[in-house]
Amino acid sequence: MKASHNFLKRYVKDLNVKGKEFAERITMTGTKVETFKSLSDKLSNIVVVKINKIEKHPDADKLVICKVTDGKDDIQIVTGAKNVYEGMLCPAVLPGGKVAFSFHDGNNENGIVIKKGKLRGVESFGMLCSVEELGLDKSLYSGVDGIFDFKDFDVKVGDDVIKAMKLDDMIYDFEITSNRIDCYSVSGIAKEVAATFSLDYCAPNLKFNKTISAPNYIKLSVENDKLCPAFYTRLIKNVKIKESPEWLKECLRAVGIRPINNFVDITNFVMMEMGQPMHAYDYKTINGGEITVKLAKDGDKFTTLDGQERILDKNVLTINDKSGAIGLAGIMGGENSMITEDAKDVLLEAANFDGVNIRMSSKRLGLRTEASNLFEKGLDANNAKKAIDRACSLIEELGIGDISEEEISFVSKNVSSIKNIKVSVEKINNLLGTDIDSLTMKKILDKIDLKTTIDNDILAIEVPTIRKDINNFADIAEEVARFYSYDNIGRTLPNVNINPRLKTNYEKVNDEIYNVAIYNGFDEIMNYSFESEKIYDKLMYKNDDIEKKYIRILNPLGEDFSIMRTQLVNGLLSSIATNYKKYNESAKLFEVANIYLPNEEKDILPNERQTFICGGYGKDIDFFYMKKISEMIFDRIGIKNNSYSDEIKYNFLHPYRRASILIGNEMVGYMGEVYEDVTKNYDIEKKVYILVLDIDLLSKYSNFKCKYETISKFPPIDRDLSFVIPKDMKISEVEKIIKKSSKLLNKCELFDIYDGKQLKEGFISIAYNFRFMSKENTLTDKEIDDVMNKIITDLEKIGAEIRK
Amino acid sequence: MIDVNDIKNELKSAIDNVSSLVDLEQVRLEYLGKKGKITSFMQKLKDLSNEEKKEFGQEINIAKQHIEEQIKNKYDELYSKYLEAKLKSEYIDVSIPVKNTSNGHLHPCTKVYNEVRDIFVNMGYEVVKGPEIEYDEYNFEKLNIEKGHPARDEQDTFYINDKIVLRTQTSPVQARVMESGKLPIKMISPGRVFRSDAVDATHSPTFHQIEGLVVDKNITFADLKGTLTYFSKAFFGDKVETRFRPHHFPFTEPSAEMDVSCFKCGGKGCRFCKNEGWIEILGCGMVNPKVYELCGLDENLQGFAFGIGIERLALLKYEIDDMRLLYENDIRFLNQF
Repeated sequence: MKASHNFLKRYVKDLNVKGKEFAERITMTGTKVETFKSLSDKLSNIVVVKINKIEKHPDADKLVICKVTDGKDDIQIVTGAKNVYEGMLCPAVLPGGKVAFSFHDGNNENGIVIKKGKLRGVESFGMLCSVEELGLDKSLYSGVDGIFDFKDFDVKVGDDVIKAMKLDDMIYDFEITSNRIDCYSVSGIAKEVAATFSLDYCAPNLKFNKTISAPNYIKLSVENDKLCPAFYTRLIKNVKIKESPEWLKECLRAVGIRPINNFVDITNFVMMEMGQPMHAYDYKTINGGEITVKLAKDGDKFTTLDGQERILDKNVLTINDKSGAIGLAGIMGGENSMITEDAKDVLLEAANFDGVNIRMSSKRLGLRTEASNLFEKGLDANNAKKAIDRACSLIEELGIGDISEEEISFVSKNVSSIKNIKVSVEKINNLLGTDIDSLTMKKILDKIDLKTTIDNDILAIEVPTIRKDINNFADIAEEVARFYSYDNIGRTLPNVNINPRLKTNYEKVNDEIYNVAIYNGFDEIMNYSFESEKIYDKLMYKNDDIEKKYIRILNPLGEDFSIMRTQLVNGLLSSIATNYKKYNESAKLFEVANIYLPNEEKDILPNERQTFICGGYGKDIDFFYMKKISEMIFDRIGIKNNSYSDEIKYNFLHPYRRASILIGNEMVGYMGEVYEDVTKNYDIEKKVYILVLDIDLLSKYSNFKCKYETISKFPPIDRDLSFVIPKDMKISEVEKIIKKSSKLLNKCELFDIYDGKQLKEGFISIAYNFRFMSKENTLTDKEIDDVMNKIITDLEKIGAEIRK
Repeated sequence: MIDVNDIKNELKSAIDNVSSLVDLEQVRLEYLGKKGKITSFMQKLKDLSNEEKKEFGQEINIAKQHIEEQIKNKYDELYSKYLEAKLKSEYIDVSIPVKNTSNGHLHPCTKVYNEVRDIFVNMGYEVVKGPEIEYDEYNFEKLNIEKGHPARDEQDTFYINDKIVLRTQTSPVQARVMESGKLPIKMISPGRVFRSDAVDATHSPTFHQIEGLVVDKNITFADLKGTLTYFSKAFFGDKVETRFRPHHFPFTEPSAEMDVSCFKCGGKGCRFCKNEGWIEILGCGMVNPKVYELCGLDENLQGFAFGIGIERLALLKYEIDDMRLLYENDIRFLNQF
């Protein structure tokens, strides 16, 4: 929302604070200034000159020599502009002065200094200026190609251009929060300004004289009073359509609106001033003298005043005359009823429409206008009445039409009236942590039009309907706090304590996983939670794979972001590919994030599972490196009974180098080498290994309990044993036998696997170191020999041969 | 008989000639060994009279003590030389670099999250998590964002169906906690949230928040200011000042936005703070009584809530100028943290 210093001064006459200080103080009472800029900062020594004579340049066809005067001196200025003429009044920057922009040098923060110079050998003492060079928005001024022409301005030779064009103004851009519909208007902001700076506020004049009678100038009917709670009209006869006076044009330009003609300008001005969009119809085009507000039908066509044909639907509210639509309610008027130069009588409209309906319609139609932007915030119906009165008052002030005595209007019974709120002073102070007395509160509230009476501890407040945001005591507390100043409220810490707790297993498992990953050199990555369903092809899922069930987003940002991910593998491989492409010779990455598994029942939340994935490529990374990571995690979280099985279905893993990770019979994760066809799909030409663990399941099985066990006082005894087993025998089977051999076996460690020519075809040799220990006594050779013999006999039973 | 001085002199020249521990051992054996000089003197004792025995015995003892002392001194000297030589031969160049020491790195967002979490946990807050895919009811309705509110537009919110959304904030966790009815509440809810923003330098459709909620009988706006000031000084440094500007959120009333004084220029105004001297950090406010009502609590309770954007803090703290870097996962970026 834009407003300028001069515009605000219309309502706060004594406002003298400007620029940074103004911005800071008004921001601190809740109307945040996003940006502010002075129109004249970069300008200096620019005056109105008159061109007395134009001569040809001796050496350049495109240049002319202008003999101008600033009222004191005759000055020679060379220009390339084509629109200059003898007798023209225009701005000229004199040597040493500054302009905001130059076609030669572009923009500069501090403006561009113009010096005297020679153009193709002819001396030039300054520069005639265009709108652009003055740093102004060209689209706000009409007929201004080339040098700016003062023909419509009340200026004389020698005048300072900054004053002449009212450029000594400051334009503020305010951030208005969506609840403050009253502040989407310059007068609304002015009220905040007056309260902030403790100045008087002067409301826009709503009074006017009705000069003619026009009974029954239209027949008005509103079919849907929920979507159109109020519709005010007034007829203006014998209008004089022409340009608006400069003050009106200046106000509009300051807020970025291009002046058109007096009637359009007045509706725009009232919209900016009052925050209420208006519309003006050429009365003669309203067929049958009837206006009906109703919903369109699906497929209705309508041409808006921008010349575009729009296809409507049954939820678009329209304004109709006897023969059909003449306007899209709250969005844009129709080409068929727009005001043209020859209009004699004008019908003014100020209405109120349902914000949600306007927003949805404007979105479906792809047509957003200043009016729809305002209406969609849900405006105050009573403000429409004020707005139409204000427009009439301006019409009278400019003397450009006769105002009808009659006002033909519709107001729904449901339009709200003034609210009364009672709040206790103590309650407000308790909420804010302050000690503000009731009189101070009353003064603050009165200043912003919340009329307050004090009864002991109770404030009784009348809330005008435009303050839709004020409904309960907390809302009043905010108004008090804003102008008491948030800065004046103390800083304390709340006196509230909850029972402390230890970290949950889930939190501990998370911490341990992070530790293991980080200390093993994995970098943490983050990927989006959504991806494309095409990734299932990349990961070689079968079409009928039951795992290929996912949640689809109704309104995704595009196909690539259309489903919620059900695995973290694609994210990891994509990130690995990113690094591979960037010539990183190795990469080790991990991510901890949710995957989302759909629920059978549509309206039940999906199953979110916190998942860990790590993986990478590079010199030291292979299957067993990843298995080590897995084992370190299990060790850290106190799980001892996990196992690895090659029964696993994922096609994205190498069929002979993959494992599911089990606790008992429950699968808690998987790992393996990524199948090379899959890595190719990601343009990675390296072997990639991954490990995936379900953190929720790990938490379930994790065990962080510790209990001390006595340490044996007796020395351990070590024995080695090597034997030959068939290649297809699993080491886990061998170890199962070894481990159950005796309680005395403290540790067994596989220290060699050998597969060589000396061995029988199809066999490998493995070697173990065993450590025996007892807590009761020093072990004898005999005791150990017995265990060793048992191990040997049991191993032989499953087909192992002892190497002697 | 024995002359102690002779022995002393003799020993001195023997020891002076010794240059190794092995040679010294030879000298020791020569004097103190089983067949050494002292032993041979002792053997002579048995032939002497009692008086002589006593006298001669004392001399032998003096000589023996002297010899032991001298050898010990020489031994110490030689041993320390030997040790020095041995250790020197084991010299290593400590400046030789080591291989493969690189630790992994936490994502900058995780680092920031951990810091923020630790500050609040130290203040006695409980960490509560909730679902990322959430019922519309918790994400909006119970937080005073009724149907038709612009925040619920498809422009801002990803929908799964008409009842389920990707949560746009972590406040639904707070709604769930309030609904459970257990008081007082002093919690933070961290996690991933989603908004329908196209990816660019300052927007991401996925980001992370930490929202806080304190509810009890007498919590005040001053408590809110104090808490967040404490947080800001802990996170950005002691010198940082905070200011609170009125703002609007459906969930809170009164509401505020908190700025911190620019930690680069100290508030004087610089490029980093766009010359404002202040940097916008978070939104906060007193929980709107309507929210208590919607969550089934007594509307006379008082409490505050705040919401912190993790990515925003990360961008500020590490001076990262493009949000896309956070989700690109280039290790040359990641291993700077």
